[in-house]
Amino acid sequence: MAVSSSVKRVYSSSVFGVAVILATMCAVMAVLTNKFLTETNIVSVVRQFSFISIMAIGQCMVIITGGIDLSVGSVFAFSSVISAMSLAAGAPLAASLLVGAACGMAFGLVNGILITRVKLPPFISTLGIMSVARGLSYAVTSGFPVNIKSADYAFLGQGQIAGVPVPVLLLVALAAIASAFLGRTVLGRRIYALGGNEEAARVSGVDIDRVKVIVYVLCGALAAIAGIATASRLGVAQSTAGMGYELDSIAAVIIGGASVKGGTGTISGTIIGASIMGVLRNALVLLSVSAYWQQAIIGFVIILAVSMDQLRNMAKA
Amino acid sequence: MRTDQCLLKMEGISKTFPGVKALDQVDLEIHRGEVLALVGENGAGKSTLMKILGGIHSRDSGTIAFEGRPADLRDPAHARRLGISIIHQELNVMENLDVAENIFVGDEIRTALVFVDRKAQVGRTRELLSSVGLDVDPRALMKDLSLASRQMVEIAKSLSMNAKLIIMDEPTSSLTERETERLFRIVREVCARGIGVIYISHRLEEIFELADRVTVLRDGRTVGTKELSECTKETLIAMMVGREIDELYPKTEGRIGNEALRVEKVSTASLLREVSFAVREGEVLGFAGLVGAGRTELAKVVFGLDRKSGGDIYLAGKKVSIGSPWEAIRLGIGYVPEDRKREGLVLGMAVRGNISLSVLERLKRYLFVSGRKEKELAEDSILRLRIKAQSASQAVKFLSGGNQQKVVLAKGLATTPKVLILDEPTRGVDVGAKKEIHSIIDALAKTGMAIIVISSELPEILGISDRIVVMRNGRIKGELRREEATQVKVLELAFR
Repeated sequence: MAVSSSVKRVYSSSVFGVAVILATMCAVMAVLTNKFLTETNIVSVVRQFSFISIMAIGQCMVIITGGIDLSVGSVFAFSSVISAMSLAAGAPLAASLLVGAACGMAFGLVNGILITRVKLPPFISTLGIMSVARGLSYAVTSGFPVNIKSADYAFLGQGQIAGVPVPVLLLVALAAIASAFLGRTVLGRRIYALGGNEEAARVSGVDIDRVKVIVYVLCGALAAIAGIATASRLGVAQSTAGMGYELDSIAAVIIGGASVKGGTGTISGTIIGASIMGVLRNALVLLSVSAYWQQAIIGFVIILAVSMDQLRNMAKA
Repeated sequence: MRTDQCLLKMEGISKTFPGVKALDQVDLEIHRGEVLALVGENGAGKSTLMKILGGIHSRDSGTIAFEGRPADLRDPAHARRLGISIIHQELNVMENLDVAENIFVGDEIRTALVFVDRKAQVGRTRELLSSVGLDVDPRALMKDLSLASRQMVEIAKSLSMNAKLIIMDEPTSSLTERETERLFRIVREVCARGIGVIYISHRLEEIFELADRVTVLRDGRTVGTKELSECTKETLIAMMVGREIDELYPKTEGRIGNEALRVEKVSTASLLREVSFAVREGEVLGFAGLVGAGRTELAKVVFGLDRKSGGDIYLAGKKVSIGSPWEAIRLGIGYVPEDRKREGLVLGMAVRGNISLSVLERLKRYLFVSGRKEKELAEDSILRLRIKAQSASQAVKFLSGGNQQKVVLAKGLATTPKVLILDEPTRGVDVGAKKEIHSIIDALAKTGMAIIVISSELPEILGISDRIVVMRNGRIKGELRREEATQVKVLELAFR
């Protein structure tokens, strides 16, 4: 009885479905090609999707509130170039990292204020900021890449600790913190409540506006961290970085079982969602699928994954 | 009666919703070219009856004859085809489309199959508007029209669909006196063409001015139909009251203490006008009145959900400023909203998550909300209020209405308020749960809590309150002690 009910709970949890999809994809790849299950490949895939995942953690919180953040890709780029430029200008490592993170938070704050005070729909506000942040990245760099010469800075993206790439460790740490934050803190619980029913949360004494602002600030900060880590990995910060990442991060959250209507979503689901896309990209490369086809296949898989989840929910109801 | 031809005859109509018998053997008859007023207290069954006419609900039993032929009214499209048109209180207009587009939406005049014939639509609209005496450009956007003009556009739309019966639900609730006059003139013109109008209103004066006959509903039954020339306001009120009290309210005498909350001359920009009242510890203060009288607005101002434009609020004699619900909660005010699905519950969340929502800070252990403390709170509430749930972790959307209501109540009580405001605490719950909620209210008052109950059910208000305040049009119209309050007295204050 107890066993069967816990089995049922695992099955009906939204994470289960996507985890099965991920496992199936990996199994199929292992059969199709012997290049997939090699240490170098696995490490590179995991490192690859850890950048998007970090960003998707923030996106996940935003989507749980029923909002959306289209500006993360541009904030990713802006924060990384500002951070790299301040480093190049002679700022100490810690300061350059903090400046980058602060940029992300500042844009998040602007989004939060526009959404709560000016009452702009999140789609509009973040669409505008997406353009503003991208434009500013071009403006401050005149379009030139900013090279990173500090080895310490590069460690963040290129280094390894006990054989595990630093960005992966960073993701694990941030995911653990975010998961505990969302599931167990007062603020996290309020995020779910306001996404589930904003009016009821307001009547229950939740300061809706404050919670939303914090969520967008956190989302901006996470986009900045992802941007800085990516620049560090590549040894160069580019104003063109992160284009289209906003859509990848949204896709990761949605594949991971969150509803765009708000109120549901988990960090674990989001990271599995990001891994599905990472594994898929890698698979298409390993299988020598033309780059032109990859985009279409990824889109197809996103729809398939979310549709299956939807059908499963309908069957349950 | 201008003509003796029967337009619609409904006989023995019954309708049961889960747990509630909404209509019980209702009869209604309307003639061509007459205005039939339909009156009754909140919840008497007017809306359900009209929804059956509109094909929105299907009846359980009874017969309907329209123009002498049996009519099934299976769905709204069918009702429309027969010529039955409903103008709802909340108008369903497309604000960003123009008048002509609103009139012809779904039934566009076309040229060559796919293209809308704008010119023909505008021309036809102009004719329709002038036939109802409305001087509005057919190309004006709906959102730029006054409420009264929108009402009249809706009437014009009914005419364009060749309606033979038009049902108007509280059409004047937000109109000025002059607009109302204009509307009445048009209603009379429409009737002169042989169209029947069913006119639902709480405003008895209007009914006497406009209608030929009146049908009174009470508790889902027809009390009677009268020629208005043969009756007075008092007879109508007498017909409306006398709702059966189908259960005993376990009201017991408690000790009434010091003043807990005093509201002085509170007004809002939209509705409330200098509302003053006070409630004491251990007292149950009932708020009676019709829907729209301003009772919920008042509750929302006291709870910090809406802004007041003037007046003061005192708690235990001290003037307080309440700018938000969390301030209200901190000051010891609890609020159980009237619409539990919209404002009370996060339906997808568990019982425990809903109950703890207002007190998460208090359940904190170091950084995190303590699962143990939360579970204790939830299980304690489940026991105390006898909430029927599989466990504290069950999602509230799977509970019955009565148990959902108890969860909202539990959430309000978790903040340990000194003043508790309950807005329609038993709406849509079954009789058993209703009785339980009443005894909970009684027990809470005994602990010294000051309780304000807003209810549209007269027997409930009369049964549980120590004192009753009656509101109308944003004002307090009178106050009755428990001993002196009767249904007739309350209704006389509530109706104009």
